[in-house]
Parts: sequence; structure tokens; C-alpha cells
Amino acid sequence: MRGIFAFLAGGLFGAGLLVSGMTDTRKVQGWLDIFGDWDPTLAFVLGGAILPMGIAWTFTHKRTPVLGGTFPSRPERRVDWPLAGGSLLFGAGWGLVGLCPGPAIASLSYGGLSGAVFFIAMIAGMVAAAPMRRRLIPSGMPG
Amino acid sequence: MQPDWIFGALGGLMIGTAAALFLLVNGRVMGASGILGGLLDGSGRTNRAERLAFLAGLVIIPALLALGMGGAQTHATTNITVLISAGLLVGIGTRLANGCTSGHGVCGISRLSLRGLVATMFYLFAGGISVLVFRHLLGVI
Repeated sequence: MRGIFAFLAGGLFGAGLLVSGMTDTRKVQGWLDIFGDWDPTLAFVLGGAILPMGIAWTFTHKRTPVLGGTFPSRPERRVDWPLAGGSLLFGAGWGLVGLCPGPAIASLSYGGLSGAVFFIAMIAGMVAAAPMRRRLIPSGMPG
Repeated sequence: MQPDWIFGALGGLMIGTAAALFLLVNGRVMGASGILGGLLDGSGRTNRAERLAFLAGLVIIPALLALGMGGAQTHATTNITVLISAGLLVGIGTRLANGCTSGHGVCGISRLSLRGLVATMFYLFAGGISVLVFRHLLGVI
């Protein structure tokens, strides 16, 4: 059951990424291009995504997930260097090509050789970050 | 007339609904970098199958949709140096920050997480600077 719903969530996420234009690097770089020909589409994507998710969080109070287990614990409030520095590195790479992790995975079937090269480099980066992560980030923090 | 914002909002609602489904049914935060990264460094050992099923849906459904639409394109650069540098930056950065656009942006901001908000401000800022420098100043993208 968990697998079926995980598949459905992943599929709906991927469909949303394609429909919204998040897997189109021109649109993403257009959104980040505030000093050029700015494209505001991604504001609608983020706004549209936050709305249902904001409602969903209100249902987690003193309840348990449908398939059992527990909801994620309250978010950490600690803002630290890995968070800030990692986000800066991530943003720089996101701007360079216009792909973040979700869309990079969702577009694997139609992203061609460029998409494959980016994806493999991203995997390599994630593996390379593992030793740094173990030192810097306390375990049990949700991704 | 630009209908792009309608598709943006519609796709955004689909993304948010997917995140809501994964949270309320499976009890998990829908963060792409965390779900993939956890498989790579072993931190996601306890729920491997769930992560793999999510990633399978994330690849297969857009593939079918793109096929039905007569193809889709990412319009990504073909510059191999740019692709490899960007991929490494995204991989390392999202794992150090413990989240990306979906985890910090969608799931974090929607629960008013300070970390999610700060991360999103930092990666949006860096993304803007990156496009400014590499597109307008250096002209490489």
C-alpha cells in the first residue's frame, strides 16, 4: 500500500512539474532572470503548490497518517551554515542550467543527453556530499 | 494573451496535492533531493521501497504524459562543462542544505518552517545572481 501511494504521489508530482513548466529550463531561467526578461510563471507554481500543502499540514495536528506511523516532527528552528551555504550552492547550479532535483528526475525520459549528463553529475554531487553531511547534519532531520 | 500562468498554477496545484497525499497518507515529507539522496548515502535504508516507488512514479508518469502530448522538451543547454558543474552544485548543495525546491520550498514554507523560508530565500538569491553573472555578464548560458 505504501508503495502504491508513493508511486501515485511521485506520478502526480511529476505530472505537475511537466504541466507547470518546471521541467522547461527556459521558463525556470526566465523566472530567475530578474535583471532581464523576467517570467513570473513560477510564482504561480509555488503559490499553487503551497496552497493545498498548507491545508494538509493543518490536518496533521494530533493525528496519524492514513497508513500508520507518525507525521514528521515539528521543523527545526536552527538556521546554520550547511543550510545557508548549501542553498547558495544549489541556487547557483539551478540558475546555471535551470533544473532542480525534482524536474531533473521527472524529465529523464525526454531530457535527452543534456538531462542525463546533469542527472549523473547531480548524483555524483549527492554522493560526494555524504561524508560532509554525516559531520554537519544531525541524523533524523527530514529531507 | 499569455496562458502560461494558468498552466503554472494548475501544475502547482498538482505538485501541492501530490505533497499533501504523500504527507497525509504515507506520513512523509515530499522532498525530491531527500528521497533520492537517502537512497544514495544509506540514510534512507528503512524505507527504500517507498522511495523507489515514488521515484518510479516521478519518472514514468511524466514519460507517458510527454508521449501523449507528442513530446516535451527541457531546452537545457548542451554545454557539457555547464551541465556537469551545475549538476554537482545542485547535488552537493541540496544535500548540505537538507532540501531543495520541493522539500524546503513547497513543504517547508507551507508549514511556516524558518529553515524552509531561509533556504528558499538563499537559493532564489543565488539562482538570480547565477543567471545575472553567467547570462548577462559572461554570456555562457
